[in-house]
Amino acid sequence: MANLRDHMGRPIVAVTGIGVVTSLGVGKNDNWAALTSGRSGIHPITRFPVDHLNTRISGMVDFLPSSTKGASPLTYELAETAAQEAVSEAGLDSGDFGGPLFLASPPVELDWADRFSLYNSDKKDAGAERLLRVARALKELGIFETTQFGSIADRLADRFGTRGLPITLSTACASGATAIQLGVEAIQRGECDKALSIGADGSATAEALIRFSLLSALSTHNDIPEKASKPFSKDRDGFVLAEGSGALVLESLEAALARGATILGIMRGCGERADDFHRTRSKPDASPAIAAVRAALADAGMSEDEIDYVNAHGTSTPENDKMEHLSLSTVFGERIGSMPISSNKSMIGHTLSAAGAVEAAFSLMTMRESVIPPTINYDNPDPAIVLDVVPNKKRNAEVGSVLSNSFGFGGQNTCLVMAREPV
Amino acid sequence: MRKIKKSPDPQQPPMSSHDVVITGIGLVSSLGEGPDAHWQKLTQPGFQPVLEAERFAPYTIHPLPEIDWNLQIAKRGDQRQMETWQRLGTYVAGLALDDAGIKGNDELCTTMDMVVAAGGGERDEAVDAAILAASESRNDRDVLLNEKLTTELRPTLFLAQLSNLLAGNISIVHKVTGSSRTFMGEEGAGVSAVETAAARIRSGQSTHVLVGGAFQTEHSDMLLGYELAGYLHRGPWKPVWQRQGAEGGGVVTGSGGAFLVLEQREHAQSRGRKIYAELGPVVSGRARRRRGELNAEIAALLKQARLPDGDLLTISAASGAHAATAAEKAAFDANPALAARAFSTLTGHMKEAQFPFAVALAALAVDRKAGYPVFDATVERPFEGAPTSVLATAIGYHQFEGLGLVKAA
Repeated sequence: MANLRDHMGRPIVAVTGIGVVTSLGVGKNDNWAALTSGRSGIHPITRFPVDHLNTRISGMVDFLPSSTKGASPLTYELAETAAQEAVSEAGLDSGDFGGPLFLASPPVELDWADRFSLYNSDKKDAGAERLLRVARALKELGIFETTQFGSIADRLADRFGTRGLPITLSTACASGATAIQLGVEAIQRGECDKALSIGADGSATAEALIRFSLLSALSTHNDIPEKASKPFSKDRDGFVLAEGSGALVLESLEAALARGATILGIMRGCGERADDFHRTRSKPDASPAIAAVRAALADAGMSEDEIDYVNAHGTSTPENDKMEHLSLSTVFGERIGSMPISSNKSMIGHTLSAAGAVEAAFSLMTMRESVIPPTINYDNPDPAIVLDVVPNKKRNAEVGSVLSNSFGFGGQNTCLVMAREPV
Repeated sequence: MRKIKKSPDPQQPPMSSHDVVITGIGLVSSLGEGPDAHWQKLTQPGFQPVLEAERFAPYTIHPLPEIDWNLQIAKRGDQRQMETWQRLGTYVAGLALDDAGIKGNDELCTTMDMVVAAGGGERDEAVDAAILAASESRNDRDVLLNEKLTTELRPTLFLAQLSNLLAGNISIVHKVTGSSRTFMGEEGAGVSAVETAAARIRSGQSTHVLVGGAFQTEHSDMLLGYELAGYLHRGPWKPVWQRQGAEGGGVVTGSGGAFLVLEQREHAQSRGRKIYAELGPVVSGRARRRRGELNAEIAALLKQARLPDGDLLTISAASGAHAATAAEKAAFDANPALAARAFSTLTGHMKEAQFPFAVALAALAVDRKAGYPVFDATVERPFEGAPTSVLATAIGYHQFEGLGLVKAA
């Protein structure tokens, strides 16, 4: 009989359902097959014209009905699709979930297509004045709701019958991990015995791409798209903007066992630390990331020797990969050269608000399947970053525990520790 | 190797319960800045709001007061990296940290958690207007967009727009680095931020938390966010309760913000800090309003909040939005013990900051042992005596609801 409480006396939190969508496909099976065969989902952009753009590739999800309908509809559909898979796998009622919802999703803005159509539906006056006048004559709420930060979660709450006021959050590129952390903490506090945590991002618009491009954050290796994302390589030149979603059903181990659910993994610990150095750059000594990793280990009640594999944030930007290496080598010491550390982003790109959730889903599957997905495009190792990145080919290995890192603009650092089995 | 915490005594409950107290308040609105300025103006019977009716006509707004940003954001470089919304939030957060005696204290700042309720920052109106103007004569609008955005957007403006960068700037400027989480979703985000921060403290997950939000309404996109559903009041200004049937949707917005320092009681006492008030139950909900559930939801939340017997001063964040405000008024009519004060009559609606602002005003009344005079004599009734508990409400103009009970420390 497993312990039902952890080293701090809190309810142990299990994962009983997993859902995922990325540019590699819908659902765990398709994604896992692609990921473990080293296939990339990065492809040329076709959703909008690429004239004047320095980056013309992405990991957009182009195969859903909402893929051409704007960021809010696509983010909703991504979230719903992943959540449906997770809730079904958990064997729970997908219309009456009965626990809280934590949604990591991108900040919303009025879509340019809507901006253009509102503006050009009238000829009087100009600029904002015209938009406001046209707006107040609208007879339906469709466009309005795409601009409300709580609307996607509100619709998901209706769809899945989650309990209470849903929380929509952003911690930039760490958002997906924060959504999971909030669910774990709510169960640990005894507020609920299950929670639905989702990270979803369908916001790869032209404007989003241009904004990241202006910050020099994106790869411009357009010629061979599937080769553009190359975490930890010497010639890495930025991340690849991507879309996707990941959803986890979190449950107290006690409740999950009581209803005979299959335990897919255990959320052992979460850690975070904010960086006060710069809006986009990390403190040069990596101390906030180091502190976040250590906080997650301490929260899990585990020592660094007990981590079998690291699912890296590994964005493929010069800055992140260097900082992540520094933080991991500081925490794990000499062991760092021999422990497997791979980046899913080499194949799916950076799914931004979804990344932490997508990568937690893949981390759990890594443990269950005893297969570590590779870091592809590792043809030109960075001599300053000596890591076992599981280069280019998957590896069969027993993995009992995973550290998953998420770092984001605005000094966000969130780390999750997961385990295959209860203690 | 780091030490691993020992397992606790299995006889102990998993999470012990701590009181949550309020030890810092930062406020900015058209009325001024800080708790004293707000108390002084809001307790002046018949105080008239500060209004700006020309700049965004036909909409009236409550503008920001004059602020010397240097007082809370010392580096000009930091100020330049932000637009007004982030500057405002960072400024108000600084006021709260100062008020709690935390600002500049490394030990307290690096262990402090933070939950910010945020929307988005300001877009570049000139670039947008130029693109829209050009769109009238071009059919290749997607190409137009690429052409203009790649050449005319200021690169760092993106960071001034990102929701989580208000929290990011608070970390940079005030060194709050224990953790940083940003909740989004209009008034509901403010409710969840306070509710989550309080729950973390009660359970021992946090000892002290900075929580709050800010809203900068003096930008056309911030008005558009309401007006796409026709929520803004037009025509002459009226108090919140008197906008039913007037032209427009009933909301008059205001620029401002509210941050609170919430703290575990033992933590505040051990460092000898003044306590404004205790934060009691905070409850939240999501009525499916299209199905007509709002009235029942407010009634249910009032029950859950474990209200004390007798007259209860109630700081309402009512927006003026017709349906939501009517439902809230109906709840007050049905509960005559509740003496409502809708502060947005005097400050305007500050979106994500509404609930933290309401809790702050409730804490001030408890601390100063006096109520506020009526803000609208036609609807609100007098409240006499020294309040030992004050209720704070936030019924979202479009969705999400919450209440919190503030008690004498």
